[in-house]
Amino acid sequence: MIVTRLNETAADPAAIAPAERIVKPIRGSHVAIRALSHAYRRSDGLVLKDMDFEIQQGEVVALLGRSGCGKSTLLHMMAGLTLPSQGEVVINGNTLRAPSPKWVMMFQAPSLYPWMTVAQNAALGLRFSRRSDEIAQRVPEVLGLVDLASFADRNAQELSGGQQQRVALARSLAPSPEMLLLDEPFSALDAFTRRALQKDVRKIAKTLGLTLVIVTHDVGEAVRMADRVLVLEANPGRIAEDTQIALTEDERSGGSEPFQNEHSRLMGIYSDVADMSDVPTENDFAQL
Amino acid sequence: MSTLADIPMRFSLPGLGRARGVVNAALGIGILLALWWGGGWVVANNDDLFAFADFAPAPTLTRLWEMIVTGEVVSMSGPSLMRVGLGLLYAAAIGVPVGITIGRMKRVNEVANMPFQFLRMISPLAWMPIAVMAFKTWDGAIIFLITMAAVWPILFSTAGGVRRIDPAWLKVARNLGANPIHMLFVVILPAIAVDVLSGIRLALGVAWVVLVPAEYLGVTSGLGYAINDARDTLDYAQLGAVVVVIGVIGFMLDWLCMMAIKKFNWLREDH
Repeated sequence: MIVTRLNETAADPAAIAPAERIVKPIRGSHVAIRALSHAYRRSDGLVLKDMDFEIQQGEVVALLGRSGCGKSTLLHMMAGLTLPSQGEVVINGNTLRAPSPKWVMMFQAPSLYPWMTVAQNAALGLRFSRRSDEIAQRVPEVLGLVDLASFADRNAQELSGGQQQRVALARSLAPSPEMLLLDEPFSALDAFTRRALQKDVRKIAKTLGLTLVIVTHDVGEAVRMADRVLVLEANPGRIAEDTQIALTEDERSGGSEPFQNEHSRLMGIYSDVADMSDVPTENDFAQL
Repeated sequence: MSTLADIPMRFSLPGLGRARGVVNAALGIGILLALWWGGGWVVANNDDLFAFADFAPAPTLTRLWEMIVTGEVVSMSGPSLMRVGLGLLYAAAIGVPVGITIGRMKRVNEVANMPFQFLRMISPLAWMPIAVMAFKTWDGAIIFLITMAAVWPILFSTAGGVRRIDPAWLKVARNLGANPIHMLFVVILPAIAVDVLSGIRLALGVAWVVLVPAEYLGVTSGLGYAINDARDTLDYAQLGAVVVVIGVIGFMLDWLCMMAIKKFNWLREDH
């Protein structure tokens, strides 16, 4: 039995109560990417080439790379939203062919439906998978999990960007997925809100035993959140480095020496792989 | 040094506060009535025109009051409202699905655009001879004409609304396992509700305009028939009263549409 409660200092007691409920741990998905290559059109060059890797159940993996390296396309394939032109995505032993609420993707924009309340938005996944009978119990649970229980009846538009992204998280969690796929979901938020969400999402994934895959170009985000980082090379996209982040939960909040070490180590790998030679350095700016 | 008090105040109307809307609306109606009354006075004092003096406010409004008391207003506008209602219903039944289709499918839009723009520009009244031949009843012909007038604003407004749907909303739904029925009823229709209603509001305006000449056809009921009848019997007070009734009902229908749009508009202006 695991009790989750993210924010001990929530002002509204109603906001705490549902979070105190017991949330059953879920078994995370096992993912295998097999000989995967992809081109958008037959005539175009490959965006992804010869990808072969596995993600273990409950693992938090970051796909780190510069824009255009195909990391977001890869994530879409792991959600079943795009099919690869060659190779396959195998989840729990089955080849993935269509999207399913068992592996939910979260995008940069929360994209809540503005004509619905927070609770109605959070209930969408259950509604679409004909599990409406679970809404009454499950929605307050997940809203509690993201500290928004008292916002259930508010219109989605009345919330701040960070709160909207929390609703999107609750919406993804409501159908009890095995895996969350995050496509730079915090990049539009301010640093403070971003840190809080990075921490909370990792904590939720670990508590529930979810497999979590994060696409990012932010080394700090990868170090804060991931157990393991796959550094991607561009044109065509392929995995250049596969490295573990060995930090305790406390060290992940940043500032500590181990954190700084891991950050510099990963930054070094990333700079080598990403080929930053076309990126202007401080020296270039000084000459202007 | 000048202070704020030194700056001369410009002339301005007294602030009306919350009564502003009502006062200004009353002012507009007042001006219209004054112009009507002035026109009536000119007509009455002109040797060539005085036969039409019953158009003036006093005889018209007296006749209107009679029509209200005797229930004549209801019996003449009932059939008209029925025809406009059915015409709009058919127009929406055609316009909304077709609008969604051309909004969602680029290819269909490219094929349909030319013929639709061509048909749209034909005056609905130009269909009158065809309508008369094609339909057994006069009512059928009238409803057909209203449908022909009303379908275009609904169709194009719906298609425009569908094109403006945030693609991310559809992606989120697909990601959460929505089937096409969910997509339509949970995402697309709520997202375009206001566009459809705005289309219906425009269509209603056109339909109400087309109604009167359409009711010159064969039928012996409705507001258009009442206008024609009053002209034939030289009952100008009656004619004026029916014109007022047409205007008032049209205004009320538009107001209802506006209220519906307000109710279904999910966009919060203050955020």
